[in-house]
Amino acid sequence: MNYRISIGLEVHVQLQTRSKMFCGCAVAFGAAPNTHVCPVCLGYPGAMPAMNREAVVLTVRTGLMIGSTISTYSKFDRKSYFYPDMPKNYQITQYDRPLCENGTVVADGGDGAKTVRIRRIHLEEDVAKNTHFAQASGVDFNRAGVPLMEIVTQPDMTSPEDAFHFLLALKQILQYADVSGCNLEEGNIRCDVNCSVRPEGQEELGTKTELKNLNTFKGVLHALKYESERQMEVLRTGGRVAQETRRWDADAGETYSMRSKEDAHDYRYFPEPDLMPVVLTEGEVDAWRAALPEMPGDRRTRLVRDHGIPEYDAGVLVADKALADYFEAAAKLAQNAKAVSNWMMTEMLRLLGETERDIRTVPITPAALASLVKLVDARTLNSNTAKEIFAELFATGGDPDAMVKQRGLAQVSDRGAIGALVDAAMAENPGPVADFRGGKVAAAKFLVGQVMKKSKGKADPQLVAKLLEEKLAGGGM
Amino acid sequence: MNAESAPANRIDVRYVANLARLALTEEEVATFQGQLGQIVDYVQAIDRLDVTGIEPTSHAHLQQNVFRSDVARPSLDQASVLRNAPASRDGLLLVPKIVE
Amino acid sequence: MTAAELNALTVHDALARLDNGDCTSVDLVDALAAEIQTRDGDLGAFVSVDVDTARAEAEAADRARAAGKGGRLCGIPIAVKDVLNVRGQPCTCASRILDGYVAPYDATAIARLRAEGAVFLGRTNMDEFAMGGSTENSALHVTRNPRNRAYVPGGSSGGSAAAVAGGLALCALGTDTGGSIRQPAAFCGCVGLKPSYGRVSRYGLTAFASSLDQIGPMTRTVRDAALLQEILSGVDPLDATSVAAPVPPYAAQLTTDLRGVTLGVPAEYGVEGLDAGVDKAVREAIARCRALGARVVEVSLPHTAYAIATYYIVATAEASANLARFDGVRYGKRCADAQDPLDLYKRTRAAGFGPEVKRRIILGTYVLSSGYHHAYYLKAQKVRTLIRRDFEQAFAVCDALLTPCTPTPAFRIGEKTQDPLQMYLGDIFTVTANLAGIAGLSVPCGATPEGLPIGLQILGPAMKEENVLRVGHANETARGEGWIG
Repeated sequence: MNYRISIGLEVHVQLQTRSKMFCGCAVAFGAAPNTHVCPVCLGYPGAMPAMNREAVVLTVRTGLMIGSTISTYSKFDRKSYFYPDMPKNYQITQYDRPLCENGTVVADGGDGAKTVRIRRIHLEEDVAKNTHFAQASGVDFNRAGVPLMEIVTQPDMTSPEDAFHFLLALKQILQYADVSGCNLEEGNIRCDVNCSVRPEGQEELGTKTELKNLNTFKGVLHALKYESERQMEVLRTGGRVAQETRRWDADAGETYSMRSKEDAHDYRYFPEPDLMPVVLTEGEVDAWRAALPEMPGDRRTRLVRDHGIPEYDAGVLVADKALADYFEAAAKLAQNAKAVSNWMMTEMLRLLGETERDIRTVPITPAALASLVKLVDARTLNSNTAKEIFAELFATGGDPDAMVKQRGLAQVSDRGAIGALVDAAMAENPGPVADFRGGKVAAAKFLVGQVMKKSKGKADPQLVAKLLEEKLAGGGM
Repeated sequence: MNAESAPANRIDVRYVANLARLALTEEEVATFQGQLGQIVDYVQAIDRLDVTGIEPTSHAHLQQNVFRSDVARPSLDQASVLRNAPASRDGLLLVPKIVE
Repeated sequence: MTAAELNALTVHDALARLDNGDCTSVDLVDALAAEIQTRDGDLGAFVSVDVDTARAEAEAADRARAAGKGGRLCGIPIAVKDVLNVRGQPCTCASRILDGYVAPYDATAIARLRAEGAVFLGRTNMDEFAMGGSTENSALHVTRNPRNRAYVPGGSSGGSAAAVAGGLALCALGTDTGGSIRQPAAFCGCVGLKPSYGRVSRYGLTAFASSLDQIGPMTRTVRDAALLQEILSGVDPLDATSVAAPVPPYAAQLTTDLRGVTLGVPAEYGVEGLDAGVDKAVREAIARCRALGARVVEVSLPHTAYAIATYYIVATAEASANLARFDGVRYGKRCADAQDPLDLYKRTRAAGFGPEVKRRIILGTYVLSSGYHHAYYLKAQKVRTLIRRDFEQAFAVCDALLTPCTPTPAFRIGEKTQDPLQMYLGDIFTVTANLAGIAGLSVPCGATPEGLPIGLQILGPAMKEENVLRVGHANETARGEGWIG
């Protein structure tokens, strides 16, 4: 029998704010434990939350990017459950009046575009981070209270790959909206996943399981592959899928049942008495909509139109906002977008891949790349030398103009100097000269190579070819 | 409590106490069962009121959009946080091992 | 001045003495400290007194005053209910579960008083987490009524009331969620003001029921309450529920007559179980107001009968979440040898909370739990709307309302401890002000034949503290007895 898979995601995104959701502690990754904490985010007696407006703005912006309806009235609620990472043993979240409802994200997988419906986006506070020792666990509250946006989808994805492509598309939008660092290593994006399978032909969804602890997109892909297979196997052998929470163990490549979550489902939501509702006017929302950053699709079209680069290149560049930003910065300085795009598509992507570096932190600046392009355009550098310089700039940075000057790398384009080298090469190689004149055009290539060798690679190859042609045709010597 | 009037309402005290993470002795369960039953009987008086069309009040006044600007301020120093903590190690607050 | 004279001063008198150089702030602290040393073992008003720190603060205040830089309360010692965070002090909320906790910050109310030069003398006893009306629910010790040691001082701010009325503090801070400032003020014979919801920042007040709690002054005279309230009032960026309404000069606006004032008397106040002595004293007060020029009208608060039910649902629901943080992880006392976090929570909380707190946590958890949320919690929120409307309608025709503060005077220690519901029913006159978010003042208006004080409650519209203070001051002045030390 064939089975159909249904997948829904709850994506938790840490917002890019300076301070936490409800207190002034700095949002900082990698600080010493419990150094970015205060009475509010530690849940001390008497402390009260004060809402960070920027977090509300970023959440609404995300909603606008994906076509959500922005709630004119929205409020916060307490969700009660006891856990060591939860300072107050309730989480401030949004229960029945989230900031954003509905919306869509188009995920472009290998087999065509797929539209995933978004149910809601709400704002809440992140929890602390637990570390496990042999006999005890340790809690670091630096993360507690970081603004967290939860994006909940409909169960519209029908394969693990769908979920993977959805996450890539969502990440791209979040980067474009400039709402999150989207750094997976730092836990900026984390997912809970609902997965169910049902026999082909059955309308209603099967019993779902919830998978927790998915911190990478590949993890989501692998966990869903495992879990959907597991559920199908349960059904095939006549069993029933239990509705439960399971945890993905990346090392073992398995999901397993989490007993600890069993009785945690009576959350006793009620309106947070310490916070007042958020009321947005249509005028405000319209103004925010007008100020939205460009969406990836629009940018792609614009890059093709304004810079004349190929569709494919534009698609690759906009896939990562930082890459496209880099490209535009360099293209503007270089006055030759196509050349910049070529560098990006070839050397840059190759080296980024090989070194696993982030475009935002590479030593070669857009200005340096632009200078390099200009040097090539001015024929000061030939392409081989330029590639070497690029590699060096990529590794350690620097100013190409200065490097060329210091090392005397400028290509020789002086007619007299190159003419002398051509004469010398012809004198040293009478055989090929005779071959050429006898009709073997290919012999000219050898002679060009000889001239280049004499110039130690610095001669302008086009000028060499031109002079050689003239001299060979002129029948001198 | 008045022994003669058995409460009409029975709270599952044990279940609710577990939700609230309170370990109760058998004696406490019995006492609270009676007392809370009486109290719930009493508060059920509000059932008599028709509240159709009445909006709930969660706040005593109607303010809205009370925000703080996104400015980072100094945090507590770690030593004071650790001094208040019943147990800590290497800057982390210790709890019995969490099994997931 | 003798220590007895110093300890009997009102805040205004003390400020005048300090100004004249008749005494210093250190004198005031020393006199009170000595009195506490002698008498508080019996009275039990304080849970902790830090004489060294208070003395240092008093010395600083005396220097500031000498330099002409003192604030409006420069050098005045104040007692603080053990539920408020004062930097460097414990804040136990009279609970074992907060053993060992030291507050790393000042509550906003404390910071405001500190900025005006107040001296923090000590922390006063209370019902554990402010849950109760007799201070018998303190995990620490009993507090006695200074007027009669066999009686309770009321609660939950019983320690503050006993200290102020008993000569151990010139003034104090209390907190009021359902009457916890006004009822002990009435029982002990001092003045207690519950400000409108949002009038005083709650930041740093260990929350019992966040939508009902307010901090307010407990004093020997209405004028003193007015002065403290001027300082405490105002919006605070750390409390989103605090209100940015202008703060009038309450003390300067007090008058001895009530001409042009309309007072309402609710038809519903003649409740079952209303003590005859209380009824008589309140009727006398109403007559006195009339004599002072007030017009008195009858008003109706038809949903009063549902107030206690509504209150105990809303308050315990919020409390069940507010008290979830006491779990032995980040501060306070933790149970030994916990097997896992669940075990840690359950045993820490079992050992750390007293019976009344447990009862209320269970009730509050129950009314929010799946299947009961709508019938209890949501319904109570709707009834709360009706109660608010009752007051809106009443205040459309009057400036303030007069009621007894409590149906009976103070009761004997131990009298009601076995019957929580009876204890709750005593809150009938006070809980409505918290549900509606309005201002409420209790001023002494007489005593029973046994000498137990009786409190007149004056209720005013939200953000109209000046109304209740004016009525209270005129009454106090007309009675002419002044404050009885």
